[in-house]
Amino acid sequence: MTRAVIALLGLLLAGPALAEPELACQVPEGLVQADFAMPRVADAIAAKSLEIAVMGSASSALTGTGGASKSYPGRFEAALAADLPGVTVRVSTYAKPRHSAAEMQGEIPAILSAQKPALVIWQTGTADAIRGIDPEDFRFALDEGVEALRKGGADTILMNMQFSPRTESMIALSAYADAMRFVALQQSVNLFDRFAVMKHWNEAGVFDLNAATKKMDMAERVHECFGRLLARLVLDGAALTRQERKAND
Amino acid sequence: MPPVPTERDLRLDLFRGLALWLIFLDHIPSNVVSWITIRNYGFSDATEIFVFISGYTAAFVYGATMRDRGFVVAAARVLRRAWQVYVAHIFLFTIYMAEIAYVAASFENPLYAEEMGVFEFLKQPDVTLVQALLLKFKPANMDVLPLYIVLLAFFPPYIWLLLRQPTLALFVSVAVYAVAWEFGINLPAYPSGHWVFNPFAWQLLFCFGAWCALGGMTRIGDIIKSPWVVSLAILYLIACFAIVLTWYVPPWTRWVPKSLAEWMYPIDKTNLDVLRVAHFFALAVLAIRFVPPHWPALKSPWLRPAVVCGQHSLEIFCLGVFLAFAAHFAMAELSDGIPMQVFVSVSGVVLMIAAAALMSWYKQIEGRHSGSRSKPTADPAGSSS
Repeated sequence: MTRAVIALLGLLLAGPALAEPELACQVPEGLVQADFAMPRVADAIAAKSLEIAVMGSASSALTGTGGASKSYPGRFEAALAADLPGVTVRVSTYAKPRHSAAEMQGEIPAILSAQKPALVIWQTGTADAIRGIDPEDFRFALDEGVEALRKGGADTILMNMQFSPRTESMIALSAYADAMRFVALQQSVNLFDRFAVMKHWNEAGVFDLNAATKKMDMAERVHECFGRLLARLVLDGAALTRQERKAND
Repeated sequence: MPPVPTERDLRLDLFRGLALWLIFLDHIPSNVVSWITIRNYGFSDATEIFVFISGYTAAFVYGATMRDRGFVVAAARVLRRAWQVYVAHIFLFTIYMAEIAYVAASFENPLYAEEMGVFEFLKQPDVTLVQALLLKFKPANMDVLPLYIVLLAFFPPYIWLLLRQPTLALFVSVAVYAVAWEFGINLPAYPSGHWVFNPFAWQLLFCFGAWCALGGMTRIGDIIKSPWVVSLAILYLIACFAIVLTWYVPPWTRWVPKSLAEWMYPIDKTNLDVLRVAHFFALAVLAIRFVPPHWPALKSPWLRPAVVCGQHSLEIFCLGVFLAFAAHFAMAELSDGIPMQVFVSVSGVVLMIAAAALMSWYKQIEGRHSGSRSKPTADPAGSSS
């Protein structure tokens, strides 16, 4: 009896401890997968040096101590480095609060010349929706920006908005989300559907996104998952490139 | 002047009532019940139905007034109606402010630092409130009533023209639509951008509804019911459904030819894309073909709830917007699971029906007191008070 109680206690104590390191970042099949090849990324991996830039607004950064390493660009860098032994992976972040897509587009030349990234992750949409910027202007900025990145020698991943259940009825996102999906298809670049991923997590109970809290822990775990999923998407895109090249040979 | 039909078409109330329910369901975010609404099965949604029928009933009521009592009386009534819609909009805006201020004060999560930016405007009420009164600042989901106000404000001269030169009037409406598309004309919004429902584009459905009400329907009735048009409508609806399916099953996107996709996308709601108009027309053709005007079921107790809601459209529309806020609030505070989504959806529709029934009852008791002041045949329910 005593032994059973101790075993039970042990289980209770070990339960969370065991669950903690293995994060449930799972998403449904096909939600995070490369639809388009990433030739520049594949070349950079082959050359053992992968430069990546993350361009975005406030949701690409976490505030507080160690925010930079705990937000998704940092986690993405760590995940990718672990998956690509022998390859130098460097992720730089250009995140400015309230920056619209058009304003980010204006910074593309500077980012390209400063760093020569093989991949740019472009997170956008929320700031434009809050500021009420014309969805059509948003789409043009995105379209021209992706074009500029391609000409500058970088692959692009577009990252759409966060799913935020509390503010869902206050920020009209759908026109901007549609524009991003449209540009991704037109320009043949991959879209990281952050909105759908988070919505799935909320519905499946992986994260309680309704929770009101000042603590950073949930935000950090969410960003850890973004980082891992992005790494998976990038490896997927590089693998797709190799497949296509083999098929063409 | 063509004769104005005098009998109220219950089909309009039925479909407008249904549209009001669908608009309510669509306005509740992350709501599983909204999968039943038509926007998931084609290009157009309940907004098209609402605007078209609003144009139809407005012309039906004020067209008769203008014919019987002249331009000034009819125009005065239309403008009074526009004023009522404006007051209703500001009332809804106040409720919205209350909700958003509460959430801004009570919700905090470092994950959503960016989304909290939507509360920024609370810091400068001097600007925000004035912009809201000018109909330039319009929160999410509060764009239909401002559209309605602008459409009504320009409606008196349009009815005047419709009663004299219906074909010319229709042509003017199409021309305004075409010019708005060609030159990208829209009203400005605050803090930036333009109106979500471009009045210069959306007037097309409103004016077309008005044209149908003032004799147009009898002119095109035979064409609409021809088997060719009906088959074409069915084919178009099936094609739209197939396209929409690819939005939900991304791997199927490959089956949409690239040239078709480039020509078709984006399907613009702000400027009322032609594909949306066509989809609405196709739905309307089927509705007219398969729901006869004197269908006995229109008076049955089963359809009564939708009909009653359709007869008090402004009030029920506003109630629906409010209930959607309330539903979202309840989901955020209590639970956002599927049982809760179904619960708030069903109880919202029930409340809309109850409110409409209450208003009908008021009308009835007041009608008894004031005797035969208003003739039942010219009952302006839903379009005038």
